[in-house]
Amino acid sequence: MSKKESTFINMVVSLLVITIISGFLLGYVNDLTIKPKAKARLQKKVDALKIVLPEFDNNPVENIKKIKSEKSKDSIEIYTAYLNKSIVGTAITSSSEKGFNGLVKLMVGFKLNGNIQNIQILDQKETPGLGTKMKGDNFIKQFRGKNPSIYKLKVKKDGGDIDALTGATISSRAFAESVQLAYDEFVKTKKSTKTTEN
Amino acid sequence: MAGIINQKQNFLKGIVKENPIFVMLLGMCPTLGVTTSAFNGLGMGVATLFVLLMSNIVVSLVKNQIPNKVRIPAFIIIIASFVTVVEMVLEAFVPFLYEQLGIFIPLIVVNCLILGRAEAFASKNNVLSSIIDALGMGIGFVIALTVLGATREMLGNGSLFDFKIFSENVNTFIVFILPPGAFIALAYLTVLFNKVTSKIVG
Repeated sequence: MSKKESTFINMVVSLLVITIISGFLLGYVNDLTIKPKAKARLQKKVDALKIVLPEFDNNPVENIKKIKSEKSKDSIEIYTAYLNKSIVGTAITSSSEKGFNGLVKLMVGFKLNGNIQNIQILDQKETPGLGTKMKGDNFIKQFRGKNPSIYKLKVKKDGGDIDALTGATISSRAFAESVQLAYDEFVKTKKSTKTTEN
Repeated sequence: MAGIINQKQNFLKGIVKENPIFVMLLGMCPTLGVTTSAFNGLGMGVATLFVLLMSNIVVSLVKNQIPNKVRIPAFIIIIASFVTVVEMVLEAFVPFLYEQLGIFIPLIVVNCLILGRAEAFASKNNVLSSIIDALGMGIGFVIALTVLGATREMLGNGSLFDFKIFSENVNTFIVFILPPGAFIALAYLTVLFNKVTSKIVG
């Protein structure tokens, strides 16, 4: 079989055939993976919720509230957790664009009184070995059980209460800012639910 | 018999004599970008190996159907399709790895190693030789990326495949995790690799 000549018709036909075949192939694979992809994303959220919230028995993903905020590019998501039909805590996703490599996205779990239960990092692009240490227990444990109304969510350099990560002050700042944003939203939703109850 | 020996050489050349990273210095963008840890290097290497294998097979199968003047766009479409498949499959079934590799998966499309093998080898040889060539080159690439990633992770973070080797208190060379460290580590490994292979191969 000899090689095809580079005539106009040959070139058009061969490229057309290749693009059509690859188009169908991609469509097929997309169909195959669209469900597992959605499932993987949901699973990640459920895992994060289990980590940041106190024990709960409802499915917080079902009654999710989304709020648009000027400070955050993604909409802020609010999950409410119930145990025996009474609210036990709230998880809020928030993000900061001020990380060393941009977005730092967190899920922060609050107890009813506003104390931070736990924090889970959903997305970050910080420098491995420096900023990524924010995932470590040593960093996150200084937030647990603290109430942001009295605990200043700023690194010590900026007059706050947080020990910044060595060599990663910018990442620590973004982390703190993101937690602060989540707390602000928590206070707002608490106020609004109170007024509706009255 | 001669055929088997030829194929063996065909396979080994990708790992030693024409190692894509340490000898030919191809595909530097993912090499320098993702190798902050041994696991990232391995994941990127395996993803590239898969794309390289599939594109080599397809290119060698359709080489006579593609007119010479449009061969590069045709190869790029084939490669890009497989890269997109890899991206979708990784996101669906290995989300952890997908997050780690991030932007570097789409960039496999422009990895000159893959287009280079399609152009220089698969478009001139039969399917079997192309498969063996892809396996040799791909494995050479995987080994190089994993070694580079392991070196940087060990020196920069004191761990290997996420297992701590040195205690928390040992100061590591953070520079090796940062971009400049990629160049430094690559340069020293290249010297070492060529020193060793020149002695063995002669």
